[in-house]
Amino acid sequence: MNWNNIIQGGIYLVVLVLLVKPLGTYMARIYEGKPTGLNIWLGPIERLTYRLSGINPEISMPWKTYAVAVMIFNIIGIVVVYIIQRLQMHLPLNPMSMPPVTPDLAFNTAVSFATNTNWQSYGGETTLSYFTQMLTLTVQNFVSAATGMAVLVAVIRGFIQKQTETIGNFWVDLVRSTLYILLPLAIIFSIVLVSQGAVQTFAPSVKAALIETTKDVTGKVMSEQMIALGPAASQIAIKQLGTNGGGFFNVNSAHPFENPTPLSNFLEVLAILLIAAALCYTFGYMVKDKRQGWAILAAMLIIFIPCLWLCTHVEQQGNPLLSKLGIDQRSSAMQPGGNMEGKESRFGIANSALWATATTAASNGSVNSMHDSYMPLGGLIPMWLMQLGEVIFGGVGSGLYGMIAFIIVAVFISGLMIGRTPEYLGKKIEAYEMKMASLMILIPPMIVLIGTAVSVIVPAAKSSILNPGPHGFSEVLYAFSSAGNNNGSAFAGLTTNTLFYNIAQGLAMFFARYWLIIPALAIAGSLSRKKIVPVSQGTLPTHTPLFIVFLVMVILIVGALTFIPALALGPIAEHLMLTSL
Amino acid sequence: MKIKRHHKTKSLFDPAIVIPAIVDSIKKLNPWHQIKNPVMFVVLVGSILTTGLYVQAIFAHGEAPASFILAITLWLWFTLIFANFAEAMAEGRGKAQAASLKKARRDTPAKKLSSPKYGSSYDTISATTIRKGDVVLVEAGDIIPMDGEIIEGVASVDESAITGESAPVIRESGGDRNAVTGGTRVLSDWLVVRVSSNPGETFLDHMIAMVEGAKRQKTPNEIALSILLAVFTIIFLLATVTLLPFSIYSVLSSGHGVPITVTVLVALLVCLIPTTIGGLLPAIGIAGMDRMIQANVIATSGRAVEAAGDVDVLLLDKTGTITLGNRQAVAFIPAQGVTVEALADAAQLASLSDETPEGRSIVILAKEKYNIRERHIHELEAKFIPFTAQTRMSGVDLGDGRQIRKGSADAIEGYVKKLGGLFPEDLKFNIQNISKTGGTPLVVAEHKNVLGVIQLKDIVKGGIRERFAELRRMGIKTIMITGDNPLTAAAIAAEAGMDDFLAQATPETKLKLIREMQLGGRLVAMTGDGTNDAPALAQADVAVAMNTGTQAAKEAGNLIDLDSNPTKLIEIVEIGKQLLMTRGSLTTFSIANDVSKYFAIIPAAFVGTYPQLNALNIMHLTTPASAVLSAVIFNAIIIIMLIPLALRGIPYKPMSANRLLRDNLLIYGIGGIIAPFIGIKLIDMLLAALHFV
Repeated sequence: MNWNNIIQGGIYLVVLVLLVKPLGTYMARIYEGKPTGLNIWLGPIERLTYRLSGINPEISMPWKTYAVAVMIFNIIGIVVVYIIQRLQMHLPLNPMSMPPVTPDLAFNTAVSFATNTNWQSYGGETTLSYFTQMLTLTVQNFVSAATGMAVLVAVIRGFIQKQTETIGNFWVDLVRSTLYILLPLAIIFSIVLVSQGAVQTFAPSVKAALIETTKDVTGKVMSEQMIALGPAASQIAIKQLGTNGGGFFNVNSAHPFENPTPLSNFLEVLAILLIAAALCYTFGYMVKDKRQGWAILAAMLIIFIPCLWLCTHVEQQGNPLLSKLGIDQRSSAMQPGGNMEGKESRFGIANSALWATATTAASNGSVNSMHDSYMPLGGLIPMWLMQLGEVIFGGVGSGLYGMIAFIIVAVFISGLMIGRTPEYLGKKIEAYEMKMASLMILIPPMIVLIGTAVSVIVPAAKSSILNPGPHGFSEVLYAFSSAGNNNGSAFAGLTTNTLFYNIAQGLAMFFARYWLIIPALAIAGSLSRKKIVPVSQGTLPTHTPLFIVFLVMVILIVGALTFIPALALGPIAEHLMLTSL
Repeated sequence: MKIKRHHKTKSLFDPAIVIPAIVDSIKKLNPWHQIKNPVMFVVLVGSILTTGLYVQAIFAHGEAPASFILAITLWLWFTLIFANFAEAMAEGRGKAQAASLKKARRDTPAKKLSSPKYGSSYDTISATTIRKGDVVLVEAGDIIPMDGEIIEGVASVDESAITGESAPVIRESGGDRNAVTGGTRVLSDWLVVRVSSNPGETFLDHMIAMVEGAKRQKTPNEIALSILLAVFTIIFLLATVTLLPFSIYSVLSSGHGVPITVTVLVALLVCLIPTTIGGLLPAIGIAGMDRMIQANVIATSGRAVEAAGDVDVLLLDKTGTITLGNRQAVAFIPAQGVTVEALADAAQLASLSDETPEGRSIVILAKEKYNIRERHIHELEAKFIPFTAQTRMSGVDLGDGRQIRKGSADAIEGYVKKLGGLFPEDLKFNIQNISKTGGTPLVVAEHKNVLGVIQLKDIVKGGIRERFAELRRMGIKTIMITGDNPLTAAAIAAEAGMDDFLAQATPETKLKLIREMQLGGRLVAMTGDGTNDAPALAQADVAVAMNTGTQAAKEAGNLIDLDSNPTKLIEIVEIGKQLLMTRGSLTTFSIANDVSKYFAIIPAAFVGTYPQLNALNIMHLTTPASAVLSAVIFNAIIIIMLIPLALRGIPYKPMSANRLLRDNLLIYGIGGIIAPFIGIKLIDMLLAALHFV
């Protein structure tokens, strides 16, 4: 740890927290339908959308209807993405003449983008046409994020309304999230990125003569290089804002055309957590008790900051094996020091570790450094943040409704401990809510553990593991932690574009997303029907430091206890082996 | 204010309960019993599995040394037996009480009347053949055969079999004291009773079933908690089951060690799943009911007990709850031309034989304020004239011919006028004044001369103010209900420190108040005894009916207080809270325990594959085998150690929710993390000292 790391991390956190209130307020007012700048200007577009689609925005849906709408919309999305990938040869904007994507890979990619996971089994610039990237992936980047936000807003309504059967209109929530929140932010952000040098063009790849010739794997002498181009900036903006993470290029934001400058890097990493953090404030604003929103944000930061510290610290320490060889890994005026394997020298330790922590705390998954090359404990942090269930910021919308499931469990246990039927924001938490919250907490670890177990036993899957020992195990565990929590981040070092992984990961992403959305909406429906219990002396306040600490404990204990045995065989064993050599 | 408990609290480990409980805990190993509790069922399956592995290790090649598998297996069975023991102990305590109740349910003869009136002929038949609607005669010395309603007669009844209170109570037809309970005994006079329930459905039967736990259903919070515990069980089941493939892969890939044994996996699973709370959960529920019964309260459902812990608003009747049930004399106001001493003297004489609290308070006031010596009624050759509903007066005829009467203004006015006297006009003004301020005037007359009026006043119970302050700290609002006018009500409510009052209450206004409160999302509790309370009782979330109350009130209530003590509600709230707190705190404790168990078992399980993992053995446990065994033993023993806590419940002190949570988290959360580190280390040291491993 050095001052550079502390200052960079500190500035990041301060800017993030400063933006929470203005953006959070703006989003709350949008969802409440209050006049707020843009919706005055863009109102006609919103109304036109409803008229063209035959939607009556006044109709509020019961939770089951809402859930059906979410599912239909998402399944259509998956089917469309699949078909376009399979037919991209015959569609326009394919200057590099990309062939159709194989069925298993197309399935994987379709589910991956619809579920806001954006796991990339494909290589962006080598597999997909510009048309496919723009009309399927970028579109899904918007609407998958908007789906998460819509579901969150429905859950919030469950807390606000009393004795009501309905939880809002999915189409309205979807359109408002996209039109007033995601689109304007993405447009501004992509223009800023272009100003920094991110590419945005329909031109095909260009050839550049190499200064020095080199040989490829077959021994053929290479004197020129293909430099991939494309409409990247527009996709990058939304992939960061919408916690999608699927890069235009295969190496994601480590690529100089995706992330050219320190400023673009700062803004991109800020965009990862921006909406997810601001939604906490939106929550507090809408339930008319802003302290509740700040409390949730505080709980997230209490877990995030030590993780960021540990990841940065471990990476800055460098590799003990190299130290033994007498290689200087200390930071000095001449070098950033630390473990620089797999990191861009223009980002250094501070920005790489910050990105790695943020992208896995949120369910973003974009990278600007290779997590596989992190020290064992440095790699443990991103993996564990995903295993916590993507609730430390998490995906836009989905992170917060996942967090609400943990809050329900925390409120339940603490309610019992003070001798009162538990309640949160005046709503009694009973068996039904517990059942649904339990499903939300149970399903991701179930997918991760079972997926990993199958993959280390089935020969077809085992052959994908490229590294021996605990590191190889970590790679598999990381892949399923990522898919089973809709993150999309990859550890690499694992060949995942295989039939087994494409199907297994595709199913993991599908269930992790929709098996959580349905119980979340069921909770919204059940809460909406309940009365609001007025606050009294006997009510447990849920904005106090005590409750925040208790909530953090519940998240850590559930998250840690589930994965400690697996982590012990992966990064922990690797770390202990490395330090004891 | 201390509420008297009639049933003696039994010593926790009374051999009469412990010995049958041990037998029961073996019987309860029956899988059909265990499946009701998913957490313990998993332990049962694990125990059977390791037993099989032990048999395999004896007769064939085992996966681990037979002695190790045996030790683990035995302690897994102990875990089950200990959990069963906790449940059996709680049931045993209930059964002991049920046995004493059953004594009251002897097969009694019943005198079935041919027609429903006193004096008609009767057949003596067995009580078990009596049906609802029959009319029976009960005379002095008889046991009342069934629950019923008095249609004729008045008698003193010994209800100690039900209430534990030895003083007899008066039961009479009409009014609010017309209900009798089967199994109680008539001491004097006679009653004609219409039976209101069939055999097996009486109040006593209900109570016995409740105590024995036969009719115990899971309460809403208990169901929600079971769901949470099931989820933890599934999570840990997954975490341990997947460990086998992880371990096989790690062995193959590192080339060291052997995969984790099934025995160790089962041990790890049993240590991780919340067996502490899972094992004690039934006992906590039964013990909660038991505490209710010890407080002499019968709950018609466990739901009501739990809801009691959530109450936001308490509606309390003024009379008997906030004020002493009986008014007390505070002043003598003489009529014109009468000295106050003469009035006091006459009032005292009239009250010497009056055993009612009002009567006693008159004697005391006269003695203390006017120094009038208490005389003995025999010295005066006096004859006591008791109060009757017809005369509405009481008094005394002295040996020297003096006739003194006291009673309501109307009754005395009629009495003196009949004797040719006059009722003084000036006194009427005073009488009105007393009435207006919420007092009760009692007029005293000697023969045809009215001497004056005694002012009786409501006396707020001592200590009640503090009790209400306590309730306020618990977050419960108190509302006084009274038939008094608003002025008087306000004065008494302020004196008692209540939050609000409902004056000139009628059944309709009570019902309306409760509905309004409930619409605002509040949970309302109330007590009542009269038939006119029944609608409000039925509407309230927690309704405590007095045992002395009418059948209608008892049917509308979901809790019945055998002591008929309206402040009992406060104790009920505490018991409800205790029940939830005990469950919550033990759940936290159980889960917090897992942290240390990982540090014991994970290094032990994988040290063969990755020797470096021994760095996680921070407790420095002797060997891998002793580490696993110590964790299993700790897990079993902690259940036994927590049985007293589960049965007694966690003490509840009124304080803010935040402080309560903080205190319980420190004890059961932080304590739950630290305790097993110490416990497991000690067990390991003991095992090493015994050369067991």
